[in-house]
Amino acid sequence: MKDVPTINVDRGPIPFSERIYLGPIVKGLAVTLRHFLRNLFGHRDVATIQYPEVKRQYSERLRGRHILTTKEDGSLRCVACFMCETACPADCITIVAEEDPEATVEWEKKAALYEIDLLRCVFCGYCVDACPKEAIIMSRQHEMAFGAREEAVVGIDELRQKGPIEDQDLGYRPYF
Amino acid sequence: MDQPLYQFIVIPLVKIVVILGVLSLIVAYLTFFERKVLAYIQVRLGPNRVGPRGWLQPVADALKLLVKEDLVPGGAQKFVFMLAPALIIVPAFLVFAVIPFGPATRLFGLLPEAIPPYLTDVNIALLFVLGISSIGVYGIILGGWASNNKFSLMGALRSGAQMISYEVPMGFAIISVLLMAGSLSLVKIVEAQQSSHLWFIFPGLLGFGIYFICGVAETNRNPFDLPEAESELVAGFHTEYSGMKFAFFFLAEYTNMLVVSSLATVLFLGGWLRPFPNVAWLGFLGIVPPFVWFALKVAGFIFVYLWFRGTFPRYRFDQLMHVGWKWLLPLSLANVLLVGLIVLLVKG
Repeated sequence: MKDVPTINVDRGPIPFSERIYLGPIVKGLAVTLRHFLRNLFGHRDVATIQYPEVKRQYSERLRGRHILTTKEDGSLRCVACFMCETACPADCITIVAEEDPEATVEWEKKAALYEIDLLRCVFCGYCVDACPKEAIIMSRQHEMAFGAREEAVVGIDELRQKGPIEDQDLGYRPYF
Repeated sequence: MDQPLYQFIVIPLVKIVVILGVLSLIVAYLTFFERKVLAYIQVRLGPNRVGPRGWLQPVADALKLLVKEDLVPGGAQKFVFMLAPALIIVPAFLVFAVIPFGPATRLFGLLPEAIPPYLTDVNIALLFVLGISSIGVYGIILGGWASNNKFSLMGALRSGAQMISYEVPMGFAIISVLLMAGSLSLVKIVEAQQSSHLWFIFPGLLGFGIYFICGVAETNRNPFDLPEAESELVAGFHTEYSGMKFAFFFLAEYTNMLVVSSLATVLFLGGWLRPFPNVAWLGFLGIVPPFVWFALKVAGFIFVYLWFRGTFPRYRFDQLMHVGWKWLLPLSLANVLLVGLIVLLVKG
């Protein structure tokens, strides 16, 4: 034990000048007074964003509320393959499939019911990654307030793409 | 018959109404200023939503507190629980009966004769202030005990210990002023500062420092806010209080800040006197009415209170006791000796 090299990190007795705290107290008061005066005369270093009027600029590929994209004729691209429902870690997607009367070689099903519980959703974007048809993408809309839990469960009508795809506030989507 | 009625009933009643009204308004806006000052110190904006630049925030707060549910905890001593808020707020306001805001004034010629703006000038005013303001601690202790809550009780116990520890050096600091002024009447103390040509802060700087530190401790403000230490005791002695009863505790805290500040102004900073009251070439300062000087000095003290809150972390309990008994008490005793000697040499 004797030969083990040791470093003495003992700080020793605290000098009297530090024990009476007076110097550090004055220093602390000076710091707070500086901040007070600077902010009193023209908010120069306030980081606050005045939320409803001013909004933070978010990423181009923000993962916001989902959009179910449509084909040219206005029907959903979704083929009810259940890939998104399977991929969803929060288990918030509910799909009921039915046979598509216009079925072709390319697809044979469509969604009779497509619901997302936005309160369960963790906005991870796995559904977008999983979709083989680019039928579900995400918008940048992130302000989602609900008056009741039931309102947070949105179906095809609420999620359907409204207007041409260029006009949507597009967020996270394949190859972007 | 008419004259005494006028002199002893009407005028005091008007004064009481004015003092209470102005005081309540100031105390309500103190909460707003505290939040603003703290916000600026912490690089935030503070309340700015209610009314223009947030100026109606106290009104909104008062309305909210009035309509809040008034809870009484299950195991509480109902009567004492109800009594405590009254016991803390009444002494806080009562003290202002003797605080001299200014000399006798005719209000710019509006009144036929000069009337003193303070309620009374009793010859034991200082003793009255100390005695009455000490009753406030009963409100805290009884409220904490009657709540039947361990946090409340702990807060109340701390408050009691703190008050006892800091009342002693505070008393000695005040004694040093008494030695210089030779009177317990607050008006006489101010007049003594005028006739002796200097504010008592200059000979009594040490006493002033001790008084103000003890004043901060007495009002349970940072860094001596152990009775309501949020991180340890939820809200301390008023944990179980809600609605208007909570508001009373809150108002009493701010009123006590005003009391300590007013007293410090009267005792050490010359009350309503302008700076250097006997220097002739500073006579232009006399344009500002005495009452405004008083208000400015009190406002300065209040700002220091808020400034302290924005700067210092809370003392540990043993540190609090250490500072109170091992530093402030001997220092204040030495100060009394020192001031006594000086007074003896100068006057005797």
